Order: sequence, then C-alpha cells, then structure tokens
Amino acid sequence: MSATPAQKPTLLSIRNIAKQFGRNVVLRDVSLEIAEGEFLTILGESGSGKTTLLRIIAGFETATSGEVWMGAERLDQQPPFRRRVNTVFQNYALFPHLTVEQNVAYGLRVARRPDAEIEQRVAEALGKVKMTAHAKKKPSKISGGQQQRVALARALVNRPNLLLLDEPLSALDANLRRQMQVELKSLQREVGIAFVFVTHDQEEAMVMSDRIALLRSGELEQVATPREIYSRPETAYVAQFIGHTNLLRAEVRDGVARCGALSWRTSTTDGPTLFSLRPEHLRPSSVASNGTVRVKGKVLQQAFHGATSLVRVECADGLVLVMRTSSGALTAQEVELEFSPADAIPVRESPERS
Amino acid sequence: MILADSQQRPTAPRAIWLLLHASAVFAFLYLPIAVLILYSFNGQGVGGFPPHHLTLDWYRILFADAAIWDAVLYSLKLALAAIVIALGFGIPAALALDRANFPGKTVFRRLVLLPLILPGIITGLSLSMLFKLADVRLGLLTLVLGHGTALISVATTEVFAGLQKLDRAQEEASLDLGANYWQTFWRITVPNLKLPIIGAALLIFTLSMDEIAVSFFLIGRDNTLPLEIWGRLRRGITPEINAVSTIIFLFSLLTIVFWYRLRSQSAPDVGMELLDPPHENVNLSTNPNPAD
Repeated sequence: MSATPAQKPTLLSIRNIAKQFGRNVVLRDVSLEIAEGEFLTILGESGSGKTTLLRIIAGFETATSGEVWMGAERLDQQPPFRRRVNTVFQNYALFPHLTVEQNVAYGLRVARRPDAEIEQRVAEALGKVKMTAHAKKKPSKISGGQQQRVALARALVNRPNLLLLDEPLSALDANLRRQMQVELKSLQREVGIAFVFVTHDQEEAMVMSDRIALLRSGELEQVATPREIYSRPETAYVAQFIGHTNLLRAEVRDGVARCGALSWRTSTTDGPTLFSLRPEHLRPSSVASNGTVRVKGKVLQQAFHGATSLVRVECADGLVLVMRTSSGALTAQEVELEFSPADAIPVRESPERS
Repeated sequence: MILADSQQRPTAPRAIWLLLHASAVFAFLYLPIAVLILYSFNGQGVGGFPPHHLTLDWYRILFADAAIWDAVLYSLKLALAAIVIALGFGIPAALALDRANFPGKTVFRRLVLLPLILPGIITGLSLSMLFKLADVRLGLLTLVLGHGTALISVATTEVFAGLQKLDRAQEEASLDLGANYWQTFWRITVPNLKLPIIGAALLIFTLSMDEIAVSFFLIGRDNTLPLEIWGRLRRGITPEINAVSTIIFLFSLLTIVFWYRLRSQSAPDVGMELLDPPHENVNLSTNPNPAD
C-alpha cells in the first residue's frame, strides 16, 4: 500500500472486506486503495477470490464484513445500478436481442438521456473501439474480439468513475490477446478512467498495470508496481508467481547467509531465511568481477526461449540453480556461476492456506 | 465371411417385420385422420366406399351453421382468457422457483406442478363443487377459471425451462449499466423469455381448445367446440363434423409450423454455453439481498 501514487487522490477505498459463502472463506480482511485514473490489476490463481472482490465492488455480491467507499459515499450499501461503476464481463454478457448500437446505448437509454445525446455518445464510443461499421449487427454475428470491444464501449459510454474488467481477454487467442492488451492500455490512458482489471495471467498483469494487487487464497500478498513486485517480492509466493526465481533456504548468522556451499553478506536479521534470486542475476563468472558469490556446477539442461535461454545447473551439494542467459548455448558441461549478494532478496515464507 | 453371412441372413426378415410393425402403428395413428379429411369432401356423406363425387358442400353447410360458429367463438374466448390467467400466474411462479429461496419451496413447486398430472375429471369435479358451494352460476367465468388454473402448471414449466437457460450475466450487465430491477426484467429478462412464453401460450391455446373433461363439469348454457362436436356425434355422425375436424387439424398443423419457424429464426445466443463462476442469484423482487 506504500506504492499508492501520492500525487493522485484516492478514488475507491476497500476496507477490511471479508466474504464467506457458508463455511467457505473466500476473502479475508482485504484492504486496498485505488487512485483516480489508475490501472490496477487484481492478480491471482483461480479460487483466490479475485472475481468475488470485483463482484463486491460492482454490487453483485454482498461482503460478509468490511466497507467499500467511493469518495465520501459508502458504495457497498448501494444497489449495482446506483454505483458509478461499470463492468466488462468475462463472457461480455452482451444482450443478444439488441444490436451492437442498442447494446452500447442501453445505459444511456435507461438513464433517459435525450435522443440526440445518446446518438452522439454511442457513435463516439463505437468509434473509439473501431466498431462503427458493425453498429447494426447483432452480437451473435460478430467475432469474439469484436464482442470484447462492444462490451468495452457499452461500459465506457456511461463515463463511469471506475471500470471493472473480469478476465476480459481470457476468451481470446494468444495473438489477439496481446494486441488487445496494448489497445486496452492505451484506451485507458486516453479516457483517464480508473481500471480494475482481474486476471490470472501474471504476464498480462505486468504489461498493463500501474499497480498489481496479488491475491492468494483470499488475502493480499503484495500490492506494488510491476517493477517493484518483480524486483522486491515480499513473499516466496510472490517471487514464484511473478516470473521465475531460485529460492535459497539459508541460515543467517552475524550478517552472513549460508546455503550449502554458498555464503554471502546480508543485512537481514539472524535466523533461517528464504532468499529469492532471479535467474537473470546469475551469470557465468568472469575474472573481472569483484565481490560476487561464486559456485561451481554441472549443466543439467538448457531450454531455449528465443531471446534468452534458461540453464539448470546442479551445484556440488545438490542445489539446483536456474540461470537466464542471452549469450547462446553453453558448450561446457562444468560451469562456475556468480551473483551479487544484493540480488539475493530476503522473502517471507508463504504458509500453506486452505 | 461365414460369420458375416450367418449374421446377415436373419436381419432381412427382421427388417421386414420391423417395417410392417412400424407401418401398422403409423396406419393406426394417421389413417383415421386421412379418412376424416377425405370424407369431409365426400358428396355422399359418411357412407360409401370409395368416396366419390368430391364436393365442398359440407364446408358450405359448416360455414352457414351458426351453432358451430358460436361454439368456435366461445372456445376461442375461453382459450385466450386461459392464456392470460395461466401466464399471469405461471410466469411469477416460474420466477419464484428459479431465483427466490423461501421456506416451503419444494412444497410450492409440487403444488404448482400437480395439476399437470391431476386427472381433468378431478379438477373439473372439485371446481364444480366449489362453484356450487360458492353459488357461482356455471358459464364462461367458471370455464375460464377452470382452464386457467389447470394450465398454470404448463406455463410455469415452460417459462421455468427458459429461465434455466437464461444467461444471468446479462441481467447483471443490465443492473451494472444503471437499469433497476424492474427495468431489467422488462428490457432483458422478458425479451429473452419471448420464445418460452410464446411456446407456453401456443400450448395452452391448443390444450384449452380441445379440453373436454374439465369443461364438462364447468360448462353453462353454451357449448365449447369439443363439447358441441361431441353432442352432435351422439345424434349421429355428419360430414359437417368431418369438415370442422379437418379445419381444426389444419389449424393445429399451422400452429406447429409457426412455432418451429419461430424457433429456428431466433439466432443462437451469445455466451450461453459459458456459464459464470458460481454466484448468488440476482433478485428481481424489491429485496436486493436474497437470503442465502
């Protein structure tokens, strides 16, 4: 929460939200602030409670305890139709009996806006998502990607304070998905409305978000910018969920961490500690480098990933490290690796939760 | 080869028997209808085979027969009123069964659906006793109440099936876009239930049009069409009856064709097959937080 952009005022404030379905605890004590104009992603595995949190903000679900505030207004006691919040649903939920145009006009129609205004705003919204040519078609006659755009236009035309997106890209194929990620992000910048985006895809979260809120089994693990959450993960779960990492189980004594044959200086307090070491922070050692931790090992496996390769190296004491290298395939079977002690980030253990 | 042979040989007579069997069943089902239609054009009335001297005379007589037309009109009025009553009570009942949770829901469901299996004679007899006790004179009103209530279960089952297939995310989307519960019901729920409602109406219409058992107990001075036909048959069969039956048959056929065309015209719905993760019911009543 330290990462809330200080210059922007808070738009939505989620306070100690908990949700239970019968005995099943879905969310426990979730607190989160969303700033105006922010792109916040709620990231989590299936069953982490991310969709439930979104539905509580939208008003389709009532929290067991806790409050949701928008400015000075208590939001969670309002029915969904009184909230200045609109949603893009996972399967778009377009109205099959209405044309694209009528779908987009729906919110303005029920709000009884004048016809001229409706026409103008609908045309503008359809233009923004490049769907003007399909205005008269029924939703069943357009493709998934196009339905996606219509769902966006239908929500944005109402000029909500906050737009909620429930895994809106999950039904699209990989290429279209990447394209939509870029478009969605630039659309958000253009309209300046705060987006709360729910996804299970960490890459998607990294590419699009101003901040990521990582949810695990109904609790927030970490809320931070993509860069921060990647380079300064607070828990072992975060380090593993976002990108690849090596987790080193070390014993710290008098400012020195020891993990098998490895040892390095650290400012962490004494005791057993987990360290996260990203594969890209490991490299084949060179004579020139100074003050690095070095370890010899055998190459087990090399996986080519295009720009980089991931190399699995087994050290003398059985510890397996994964190294990312961009310098092509390693020819030698025996290698010596090194890393800077500063790159080994101490993380909290993530206890098992049901 | 030998194996295949020994398997093939008995199938030929079996197929013939199957064909004969099927033909016999279909003949039994449809031959009387064919005869009925054919003899409505027979110049010599119901007697005589093969029919000859084809004529439209019986239709001419039928169209001039005021009693038949009174009965047709009476039945039409009855059927339309039955549709209004059955849908008026059946749609709310279906909504309650689909989305509300209340104590005694199972009992409620059984009670609503019971008339579906209850013999018409029971419904008719009990209603006629009730009306006698309440001192209500038998007539169109009692018939309408009888048909309407007996057919509520038909409306309920049809509409309930439609509601089960409805994508609830659409209703949520409507609420999300600022429509209140009432607007959502009329703008989203009802248009999506158009087919089940029309289907229920057609079904109620045909069931009411040829209902005899309930009508028999509740009828006043005027005859419904089936009872008029039945009354005339007691005085002996006339080709005029064949003519009116032919018209009813064609009318039913048209209704069915109309229904099928309507169904095939409606475009496949978006996102119907992909259900949302489990979520609470959207309550369309005044209470936005249904009890769990």
